[in-house]
Amino acid sequence: MAAESKKVLYGLYNDEEDLKGAIKTANAAHLNIMDVFTPFPVHGLDPILGLKESRLHILGFIYGATGALFGFLAMTWIFTTDWPILFGGKPYWSVPAFIPITFEMTVLFSAWGMTITFYTICGMWPGVKAKTLDNRITDDKFCIAFDVTDAPDSDVKNLQGFFTNTGASEVNVKAL
Amino acid sequence: MSQPVAPVRHILIEGNKSYHNITEDLCTPTEKAPSREWIIAFSIASALLGLYIFAIIWTVWKGIGSWNLNRTINWGWDITNFVWWIGIGHAGTLISAILLLFRQRWRTGVNRAAEAMTIFAVICAGQFPIFHMGRVWLAFFIFPFPNTRGPLWVNFNSPLLWDVFAISTYFSVSLLFWYTGLVPDLATVRDRASGLRRKMYEIFSFGWTGSAKHWQRHEALSLVLAGISTPLVLSVHTIVSFDFATSVVPGWHTTIFPPYFVAGAIFSGFAMVQTLMVITRKVLKLEQYITINHIESMNKVIVLTGTIVGVAYLTELFISWYSGYIYEQFAFYNRVFGIYWWSYFGMMFCNVVSPQLFWSRKIRRSIWWTFFLSIIVNIGMWFERFVIIATTLARDFLPSSWSYYSPTWVEISIFAGTIGLFFVLYMIFTRVAPVVAIAEIKAILKVAGDQYIGPNASQGHAHKQDEATKKEA
Repeated sequence: MAAESKKVLYGLYNDEEDLKGAIKTANAAHLNIMDVFTPFPVHGLDPILGLKESRLHILGFIYGATGALFGFLAMTWIFTTDWPILFGGKPYWSVPAFIPITFEMTVLFSAWGMTITFYTICGMWPGVKAKTLDNRITDDKFCIAFDVTDAPDSDVKNLQGFFTNTGASEVNVKAL
Repeated sequence: MSQPVAPVRHILIEGNKSYHNITEDLCTPTEKAPSREWIIAFSIASALLGLYIFAIIWTVWKGIGSWNLNRTINWGWDITNFVWWIGIGHAGTLISAILLLFRQRWRTGVNRAAEAMTIFAVICAGQFPIFHMGRVWLAFFIFPFPNTRGPLWVNFNSPLLWDVFAISTYFSVSLLFWYTGLVPDLATVRDRASGLRRKMYEIFSFGWTGSAKHWQRHEALSLVLAGISTPLVLSVHTIVSFDFATSVVPGWHTTIFPPYFVAGAIFSGFAMVQTLMVITRKVLKLEQYITINHIESMNKVIVLTGTIVGVAYLTELFISWYSGYIYEQFAFYNRVFGIYWWSYFGMMFCNVVSPQLFWSRKIRRSIWWTFFLSIIVNIGMWFERFVIIATTLARDFLPSSWSYYSPTWVEISIFAGTIGLFFVLYMIFTRVAPVVAIAEIKAILKVAGDQYIGPNASQGHAHKQDEATKKEA
């Protein structure tokens, strides 16, 4: 629990272009950015932040394949082994008729699996208290945050200087 | 990092907005006390919902005999309404998924409301097959689950069961897609609120912070959900059409049904989006976000899909004649000139003739024409389903069992009641959540807002300009 209380120094920018410029400056100065918060997905942010592409879509494929297999095999087992019923003289294992449900199960598993994974890895669930630095981040401010829990004063000064130089409109410290 | 922009560009966000203006404009409707118009409209919708509840209790208490279905016509208004609502429920996912994949920016202004409409329309659609089952307390028998009756399983070869899977999947996936898109905007509302209101939105926004990594995942998730929702939305109405197409009833047993149903669904769905958007943009003062350009784009989709539907009607007639099969020929002759001729002509006029007016740019860009024609199209699409279902069943193979069908007050009340249900849900939605996707609008502001002044013109953004003018002064 002690790890939860972090001291965070953050600066707010008014425009995403300022934000991107500031991140580039920070990278050049080897400053260790904790996180960046924006009101909307800013394009071109991932490469300069060094974020790797999300692997969520790979999981989506795996969940979908699981759903397809589950649907198809369940119908196969039910109609050939557990309780075979003859419908209009057609084969017990009537594969073409299984296609629609197999497809729906693919989509169902993929969508639910990915969504649940998304919320889990982001640590988001109903009732989770948002660790927001500033209420305006979901409105019109673009935020760069540094973890300064154990940072000496000289580093903090340095970071404050960085914010001033890159055109941050506000600089604050907050415990998360 | 500016994206390529066509030289001829529709302005999608008018009024020289800043990011903060967007937040203000789109959040305020959820923060103010409801207007008088809203209260009046909500009372009417609630009254209809009350009628619905009464008619449903009546149906369950008295049994399906309180409807006018008979031995020959065992599908009447119920299934007509079901298919009608499901069709309406197609536009939302089409707008949000297919138009996302096609990178159509105008979808951003209308996708949130259209998706909400989809979900509410599917809820309304679901009522009909559920209560048509008769013993509704056994409705869960439609799902395959290990049970003590054998276990006795459902028939996986039946298109009616495919429908159960298609619609429940469609409903739940649309819900996930819609809500996941809504979470960042609910966080925006949360961060503007205080007290109990803030606590509520804290729960519903799942602790969203707007971290860069979360946004990246959010975008990845939205894109894949769009990708899988696209075949899903096409599959749903295809499977609904299988309810008819896999039967051996002349007039139903046609291979054209899947594409024709899908085109009809998009057609009626867009018409309902227009009906709602024209009112919503006016009442919530969103004219700068849902512009005439948006309305025109949707009218183009309407004229396209309306024409596809028209071609399908004519193809059906041609094929039945060309088949040389007298039962098929009779089914279509009866459809056009039989006892329900009026519904066939109603359908032809509303679905095929009336949307052609949208070839005129003036009509396409007129609010009143759009509203009027969207209602006409919805009436036409209701007629289409009635034509397919009731006229076909009224004249089956045995002339001795031919009959006529008209609904009882119970059936009419249930239909009118689902309209109440739909509007109650939609109107609550406009009060609790932003009707236009805030984050998505902000993301396209610089490429589609009217302060955009040329390639790479990110510096032309509103408050930048303000600062510049201040300096000059």
